[in-house]
Amino acid sequence: MSEIVVRVEGLSKQYRIGARQKDPGTLRDHIVANLKSLLRRNGHGRLRESAGSENSPEHAGTSDKFWALKDVSFEVRQGETLGVIGRNGAGKSTLLKMLSRITQPTRGRIEIDGRVSALLEVGTGFHGELTGRENIYLNGTILGMKRAEVTRKFDEIVAFAEVEQFIDTPVKHYSSGMYLRLAFAVAAHLEPEILIVDEVLAVGDAAFQKKCLGKMEGVAKEGRTIFFVSHNMPAVTRLCGRVICLDGGKLCRDGASHEVVKAYFHSELGTMSSREWPDSLRAPSGEVARLRAVRVCDENGQSTEKIDIRRKVGIEMEYEVLKPGYKLMPAVCLYNEEGVRLFDSLEHDPAWRGRVRTPGRYRSTAWIPGNFLAEGTMFVNVGIDTVEPEIAQFYERQAVAFMVIDSCEGDSARGDFAGLLPGVVRPLLHWSTAFTPESIQTEPMMSGPQTRC
Amino acid sequence: MGQAVKSPAGSSVKWLLSGQNPAESSMKPPRQKLIIENRSGLFDMDWSGLWEYRELLFILVWRDIKVRYKQTAIGVTWVLLQPLITMLLFTAIFGYMAKVPSDGVWYPVFVLSALLPWTYFAQAIARSGESVVVNGRLVGKIYFPRLLLPLAMIVTPLVDFVLSMILLFGLLMYAGIPLTWKVSTLPAFILLAMLTALGLSLFTSALNVKYRDVGHAIPFVVQVWMFASPIVYPVSLVPEQWRWLYGLNPMAGVIEGFRWALLGRAAPDPVVMAESVVVLLIVLIAGIVYFRQMERQFADIL
Repeated sequence: MSEIVVRVEGLSKQYRIGARQKDPGTLRDHIVANLKSLLRRNGHGRLRESAGSENSPEHAGTSDKFWALKDVSFEVRQGETLGVIGRNGAGKSTLLKMLSRITQPTRGRIEIDGRVSALLEVGTGFHGELTGRENIYLNGTILGMKRAEVTRKFDEIVAFAEVEQFIDTPVKHYSSGMYLRLAFAVAAHLEPEILIVDEVLAVGDAAFQKKCLGKMEGVAKEGRTIFFVSHNMPAVTRLCGRVICLDGGKLCRDGASHEVVKAYFHSELGTMSSREWPDSLRAPSGEVARLRAVRVCDENGQSTEKIDIRRKVGIEMEYEVLKPGYKLMPAVCLYNEEGVRLFDSLEHDPAWRGRVRTPGRYRSTAWIPGNFLAEGTMFVNVGIDTVEPEIAQFYERQAVAFMVIDSCEGDSARGDFAGLLPGVVRPLLHWSTAFTPESIQTEPMMSGPQTRC
Repeated sequence: MGQAVKSPAGSSVKWLLSGQNPAESSMKPPRQKLIIENRSGLFDMDWSGLWEYRELLFILVWRDIKVRYKQTAIGVTWVLLQPLITMLLFTAIFGYMAKVPSDGVWYPVFVLSALLPWTYFAQAIARSGESVVVNGRLVGKIYFPRLLLPLAMIVTPLVDFVLSMILLFGLLMYAGIPLTWKVSTLPAFILLAMLTALGLSLFTSALNVKYRDVGHAIPFVVQVWMFASPIVYPVSLVPEQWRWLYGLNPMAGVIEGFRWALLGRAAPDPVVMAESVVVLLIVLIAGIVYFRQMERQFADIL
């Protein structure tokens, strides 16, 4: 049994949300606010918050604190590839930041045995004015490689990135694809004992993502330990033998990758087919639109988790428009159990399409026809963009999910076939057959099971 | 057992030898364990971390210098032009019009010998004051001892300084002032300026992360400070009874030293020098402590 290289015990991180933590006030405001509270305290003999100031003193209530991570404990052995999954805001990035020493835990501890390199973003530190060559040295050193190491691997890096021709041009002239490839190439040639990767693969085109995955598999084969955070479930199941799932800052599952991923989908949080955000502060929101609820409903409008394959299913989005004067483009994306993106659909309601929306509450439903989807669990992402200018307001991944069930009564696309039917969709097609009665030389009958293509 | 060394992110890094039996340890080198937890020690200073990341320091300095000179077409000329013009301006206003005494030294040389270290100091303060904020993305995504950021910004203006010294040496030759062995003490005085700038910017860069108006106040403070330093006038102009107060300004000591080393005049006032060094050390140490305390929050704020 290989030794434990990472041990996390009772790890917790508390943040203060809202303006206090993120937006630094001014020193002057801070001093004034403190003076004010001092005077008030003297004047009235009790403490009062100074209203409206971003830097109101400590006693302004505890509701602005929250635990990004609470009491997380697990161990990782040498050579393991551990996947970390969870919804947005579950605490995955916080965990990674603490593992890579960027931020300090509030409680608990981490023990690490070996050199750690964290890849939380590609191209960190890249400077547009410097050439590709110079940026390789810059980025490499920033990521922790020694100069000599970078020189040694220089040619490999350039070859991996496929930018030989442009290696001496300033990076600001690179296309986004080249930039990404170069950035990843440097990072890919790190040789840490423990590698931490955060959703880096979410950017770039399919070819790039494939290359990244391939490289990561290579790293895993070399026996290094990897922490991999991603929303890309097929990548997670492909790379990781073990997966931990975070939810609301807590570790909710730890086990074999297929099981955890499946459980994550068929979630533990009660009904997966309906999600609401009653607190407008926590709701996914942009400047123009805010998501309040997403529901899966059957043809009668009832929220349901299980859908008959023959019946239509509606994905209902309830959202608020906050500012007038914008056209919106609500969209729904469907994924199957294996993480394959089945389709994206943009709103086509003729009553609203291309029209500027007045502020208020909207409920848009996308109806997926019956006899179209395949059996299995479907996961739904929802999002809204404004149209001109095109700005994403929110994009909620795996907002809801539902199961498509075929009760095999004979009138669905599988007909009388009871076996495993592959395919990402299962449309009920119209078949037409013509028959001519003629005498034909009969062939010997085939025995054994028919193979279907 | 290994020593306890504190790591820069405010957490304690204990370097331990993992418990292996002697037979095994002859085969593999002992592995070092890293422990990350919440520590709030006042005096943790991770010297080994700074040494380990020394290459990053060089790279940061190199990056800054390269970018600076790539972007400007005039580049080097501007480095020489700026102090030259300022010197001419000051000579005209303070030397001729106001007739400020200059310890018997030709005024242009008198003022330039102070302007150069001052310009270095002002640039160092300005750049390192915003160094953490400007590199915010880096701080949020990569681990490295954050102290390297203000430290790097203290080093980069040295390039400009060295270049502009050419101007000064040229002027000295023109004025017929010979160079003596005292010139070799110049690096010591520049070191004083560097440490002063470092000490101060440890405060300002850390404060600036949380309170952005600190960054805006810096240029003003530097302006005022310039007149509190003996650039356009000599220390001898300051009344005797106030000289002790005046000496609390570390740059006073630096400039006195420069003038002594280059112009071959009277030795610098020892009271002023001593005070400068003491103040400088206090500010530096306090700055390091403060920065290390605040460092823990950087990634959370930026």
